[in-house]
Amino acid sequence: MATITQSSPVTAEPKAGILSNIKVTPGKAMAHLALLLLVLIWTVPTFGLLISSVRDRDQLAVSGWWTSLTTVQRSFAGVLGTPADQVQEDDQFVIRGNVLGDDSNQVLVGFGTSINNPAEFPAGSSVEMRTGGTITVSEDGSYVWTSPTAFAHNRVRLFYTSQVPPRFTLDNYVEVITAAGIGRAFVNSFTVTVPATIIPILIAAFAAYALAWMRFPGRTLLVALMVGLLVVPLQMSLIPLLRLYNGIATTFGGSAKSYLGIWLAHTAFGLPLAIYLLRNYMAGLPREIMESARMDGASHFQIFVTMVLPLSFPALASFAIFQFLWVWNDLLVAIVFLGQSQNELVLTGQLRALLGSRGDNWEILTAGAFISIVVPLVVFFSLQRYFVRGLLAGSVKGG
Amino acid sequence: MVEQILYAALTIAVGVGFAFVYFWGSNWLLDRALSTQGLDGPASARRDTLRTRIRPWLFLFPALFFLTVYLVYPVFETIRLTFYDGGGRNFVGAANWIWALNSPAFVQSLINNALWLIFVPTAATAFGLLVAVLADRLWWGNIAKSLVFMPMAISFVGASVIWKFIYDYRGTGEQIGLLNAIVVAFGGEPQAWITVPFWNNFFLMVILVWIQTGFAMVILSAALRGIPEETIEAARIDGASDVRIFFDIMIPQILPTILVVWTTITIVVLKIFDIVLAMTGGQWNTQVLANLMYDQMFRANHFGRGSLVALVIMIAVLPVMIWNIRQARSEEGTH
Repeated sequence: MATITQSSPVTAEPKAGILSNIKVTPGKAMAHLALLLLVLIWTVPTFGLLISSVRDRDQLAVSGWWTSLTTVQRSFAGVLGTPADQVQEDDQFVIRGNVLGDDSNQVLVGFGTSINNPAEFPAGSSVEMRTGGTITVSEDGSYVWTSPTAFAHNRVRLFYTSQVPPRFTLDNYVEVITAAGIGRAFVNSFTVTVPATIIPILIAAFAAYALAWMRFPGRTLLVALMVGLLVVPLQMSLIPLLRLYNGIATTFGGSAKSYLGIWLAHTAFGLPLAIYLLRNYMAGLPREIMESARMDGASHFQIFVTMVLPLSFPALASFAIFQFLWVWNDLLVAIVFLGQSQNELVLTGQLRALLGSRGDNWEILTAGAFISIVVPLVVFFSLQRYFVRGLLAGSVKGG
Repeated sequence: MVEQILYAALTIAVGVGFAFVYFWGSNWLLDRALSTQGLDGPASARRDTLRTRIRPWLFLFPALFFLTVYLVYPVFETIRLTFYDGGGRNFVGAANWIWALNSPAFVQSLINNALWLIFVPTAATAFGLLVAVLADRLWWGNIAKSLVFMPMAISFVGASVIWKFIYDYRGTGEQIGLLNAIVVAFGGEPQAWITVPFWNNFFLMVILVWIQTGFAMVILSAALRGIPEETIEAARIDGASDVRIFFDIMIPQILPTILVVWTTITIVVLKIFDIVLAMTGGQWNTQVLANLMYDQMFRANHFGRGSLVALVIMIAVLPVMIWNIRQARSEEGTH
């Protein structure tokens, strides 16, 4: 572990590969192929989700997203006009209409009168109907149904086969944000995440400074305690805290499930990592600066505010990103400390509820999931350097 | 909704403001109360010492308060509750333990958690190492690393939706799930993957491997870069092959880091909850401890049993915790 002294972000300049000056061309090709395969496995699932979320819901339900750019031939059933639509022209009764609907971009290839054979006759041909009359259906789906006697049928279906071109739409997003409650959940997620990210920083920074630069009895014990608390499962805290919150709510009135409750919980749960990361970073700051400032008569408080805090910015940023991603992506703390109403469900909770209630509506699920992951992805890609630095400091140095 | 946003903004202002006022105010008060102005030598020195003694605790107090209320006290309270009934009122002795040992769900969870523990850290570490080694050799390695790292940012629930879509199964008609489409393309029978006995656990584990590989890759990649070039050069001059260099030179040097990555993922695995809840809810024999704890706490409303399951998770984490503390203390010595 002592071998890692500097943190190298993922995006850093590639060092000439350790093994790169070996001339094994087939080996190199294998390496390219293997890495490409791995990258595909790691990206295709997310890519498929993104594509699916902008597909037409009817197409999404019947074909795989990888076919979304191809025109497919598919069979449907349409209902023909009723006797109320008929007009008399000369001595003929005529019903006109379009089986594809008014603004379809499909192309009809064939049609039939039986569900078993929806492409019995090619587009443009005229066919005798069992209920009477003759129907002619053209490529654009429009039909003319004529009969020498007045129409008196109830409901007649026409089966047809058409070419369906790909169709992309943002309708899924509109529906998810409005009707499925993801829009509200998005606001709720922000409401939970932003205070829960900011509040622990100052508290942790002061504690970290004390643990890094002040000498007092019990310090090593406290450092060990922080390292221990880093891995305490949240599950240990849930029931006692739930009881505590319920107790406070019944004693002082108010609700046991509130934003204040979850902010404080996330603040506390984030503190061990925050203190640990910041302490490690602060302990690495040059001792001379501190000592010369002390010589000049600066107090610990002044040193901390004017020197240590600004110098620790990279570590503060690392922690802020961690905490933001962790709180945003959290489900467990949210379902325990917030209610299940629309005003309180966060994105992860709403998404889970949709998985239960709309499990087969992939247009809802894919669009909802994408909305929930877009914020972390933006944070992640724009601040990847700090994130990686934090990871390395957090897990490599101390374990 | 607007009120809610204002409420959040106000909380940030009040929270940060309050913290600042506390730290500034308490330090000011300390300096005022134990001022050395106008005091002679010994008295002044005594006050100096006293201030130095007190100040760290002023800095630490808010953090220690939160940690005590939210993490330390709950540990003891949870242990106490394991001996109490569902409402947490009546002492029941070992009844919850007897329930656990006779509960098929609990035993199932233990077995499944063990499977997760064996499979996920191993697979994620292995894949992470593979990507790190390959990416270091190729000019587009950094792009590849960024892409493999990406799932780290996705929530477990979001990842569950992504993979549930991959595992989607249609009884009739065209398969819209990628996995079944591939199976059908190779002439196989489509399956409802998440209900396949035993193997469905692995389909859930794949999701966590997919998320955690990026983490392993980043840490191991940094470790690989830290290997002194000379050791590899020397091996090469001796005519060692790439594979031999990898297994005999590189792996031993980064072994401590591999261990760290492995244990870190182990902790994540022990607490795994969201994926199982979102994918199966513990049905089809995929129950795990954290989800069982949630079931007992919220569905069955039995705090005693819920606490017991939580305690089992805690006990499982304990060896790693002790190892971490010892590791940190030995590093403390080198500072």
